[in-house]
Amino acid sequence: MEDFHIASIVVSTIRNAPVLMFAAMAGLFAERSGVVDIGLEGKILASAFVSAAVGYTTQNPWAGIAAGVAVSVVLAMVQAFVSITQKGNQLVAGIAINIAMSGLTFVVAQYIFQQGGRTPDLGSARLSDVVLPGTAALADVPFLGWFYANVIGGHSPLVYLAFALVPLVHWVVYHSRFGLRLRACGENPHAADAAGVSVEKTRYLAMLVAGILCSFSGAYLSIVQSGFFLRDMSAGAGYLALTALVFGNWRPLQTVLGCLMFGFFSAVQIQIEGVDLPVVGRIPGSLIQMIPYVVTVIVLAGLMAKSVAPKAIGKPFVKSR
Amino acid sequence: MKQMKTTELPRWATGFVLPVLNLLSALLVAALVIHLLGESPVESMKILVNSAIVNPEGLAYTLFYASTFIFTGLAVSIAMKAGLFNIGAEGQMYFGGLGLTLTVLAFDHTLSPWLLIPLAMLGSALFGALWAFLPGYLQAKRGSHVVVTTIMFNFIAASLMNFIIVKYLIPEGEQNPASRVFAESAALPTLNTWFPMFGDTPLNIGLPVAIVALVVYGVMVSRSSWGYQLRATGLNQHAAHYAGVRISRMIVVAMLISGALAGLAAVNSVMGSTHYLSLNFPAGAGFVGIAIALMGRQHPVGIFLSSVLFGALIQGGFDLSLEKPNIPVETFVFIQGLIILFCGAMENFYAPAVLKLINATRKG
Repeated sequence: MEDFHIASIVVSTIRNAPVLMFAAMAGLFAERSGVVDIGLEGKILASAFVSAAVGYTTQNPWAGIAAGVAVSVVLAMVQAFVSITQKGNQLVAGIAINIAMSGLTFVVAQYIFQQGGRTPDLGSARLSDVVLPGTAALADVPFLGWFYANVIGGHSPLVYLAFALVPLVHWVVYHSRFGLRLRACGENPHAADAAGVSVEKTRYLAMLVAGILCSFSGAYLSIVQSGFFLRDMSAGAGYLALTALVFGNWRPLQTVLGCLMFGFFSAVQIQIEGVDLPVVGRIPGSLIQMIPYVVTVIVLAGLMAKSVAPKAIGKPFVKSR
Repeated sequence: MKQMKTTELPRWATGFVLPVLNLLSALLVAALVIHLLGESPVESMKILVNSAIVNPEGLAYTLFYASTFIFTGLAVSIAMKAGLFNIGAEGQMYFGGLGLTLTVLAFDHTLSPWLLIPLAMLGSALFGALWAFLPGYLQAKRGSHVVVTTIMFNFIAASLMNFIIVKYLIPEGEQNPASRVFAESAALPTLNTWFPMFGDTPLNIGLPVAIVALVVYGVMVSRSSWGYQLRATGLNQHAAHYAGVRISRMIVVAMLISGALAGLAAVNSVMGSTHYLSLNFPAGAGFVGIAIALMGRQHPVGIFLSSVLFGALIQGGFDLSLEKPNIPVETFVFIQGLIILFCGAMENFYAPAVLKLINATRKG
């Protein structure tokens, strides 16, 4: 039984992490370019709803995902317009999007489906898990059979996409032209400007990438994990992703470690709920729910990692004359 | 004498014209959404105004909600003056509710209202401040961004309060996740004793208390040397530090006051209406505080007017949702987000146009 617990914690860690990974990679592009992205939460929520709604109506999960991308990009562009062109307060813009989407997704879901702000179950329109070739052949091999079927294989395509993105994002940020410009705009926009890089254009591009990546986080929540949209179902995932970013020092690989850590905590939370533990006894679910947020505060307090934000983060760029 | 062309907007424009234009833009987008939901924005507006302003009982409810919002608005505003964006008013208010409930549960059968009510207010302010202390301290000493820590503290407060209420405060034999009902001595005196036209509504002395708080806030922030230091910290930390302000201390104190004000917001809604502590009683009032602080530009008069506006939206919105099922109360959460976007993040959207207009009229 002991082993079974650890096994299911491993599997659910892998399944929990993508929500945070997509959002954290989105935040990484935005914040590395110098735009604070507190609005991840709202974009996740909006794309979760639209993906579920369109996925259900068309009975095609990919159509749902595509629609989610579109909506998330629109929101990212609103945020970009306010933050970059209008030079408004980026934190306020993000919070505004989060609050507005928390209300609007409910209103529209209620209007269309009349189920208390929920979408109907997607049923067969959910993304099915990938079964790797040879799973059956290996099934009888101890450990390896389980490992191949449940850890390497047996996940939704979006899980593979999330993990495949990590090296890609690393390469883009550190080894491509765009990545160099991105980092320059986030660290020293005036120098970038003097070198002939358009700070505005780079930041808009970064927000576009952020919008696309963030939408997968929402689609994963509704189309893969739950199979429906529920009011406020993102439950702080956008903020946790931001924290993973702080934890990972705005670097792709370390950020993913942060996401896996949070995924691990919520996997443990489900496992120890209602179980009598030695010494402490039974821990109520409401206290276990606090764990990721408490860990976040500890991380933010700098007790686990020293992190240095991009220097120009949150500051609108005003071209010097 | 002919007036010179100006590059800076006069105060009446930044303080009044721009916020009104921003508010109208937000309402215009909201009207469009209501239209898309198949309802008439004009008719909805009529129902809203009738229910929230014209009808005296409705007006009393509007002012009742506004009394809570004035406190959360003040909480967010005073932090904003120090350059801190306190998103944690929701959690601080929730904890303030715990502080007052513990006080009331301990003394409501022994103390007279004259002692009990001030003591309960003290309890709520203390617990609210306590919940804001750590984010303030971490911002001041460790540079942890107060925005993210206060968001986390909101989530932690929600879980922790759930635990405390369910485990310790539910009276024996009850299922409903709430504390026991307070004794009569803990009820805030309602205003209908003096103004019978308000009828049977919960509007209470919380409103005059909130107005006093607004005045104290105005004097402290704009007329005292402490307020000057507070604003200096918010405008330019380096300059304030050079002028002798202890920045870390200022940040912690501003967050403590902000938390205390948010905690006080609980007094009106718990002791003025429900008379027991229930799960999730703040119901978003802390977030409304953000919209109010931005819309009212942290000015006492602005905070008051925005609080009344939001009180009207909540009261009118509730009646509207009964008549028009397609416009549930969540529509007003969306409108709240729009108001934050237009009045907060895009506050200067219309500034160039207004400036042009002013210059054009002066030339002619």
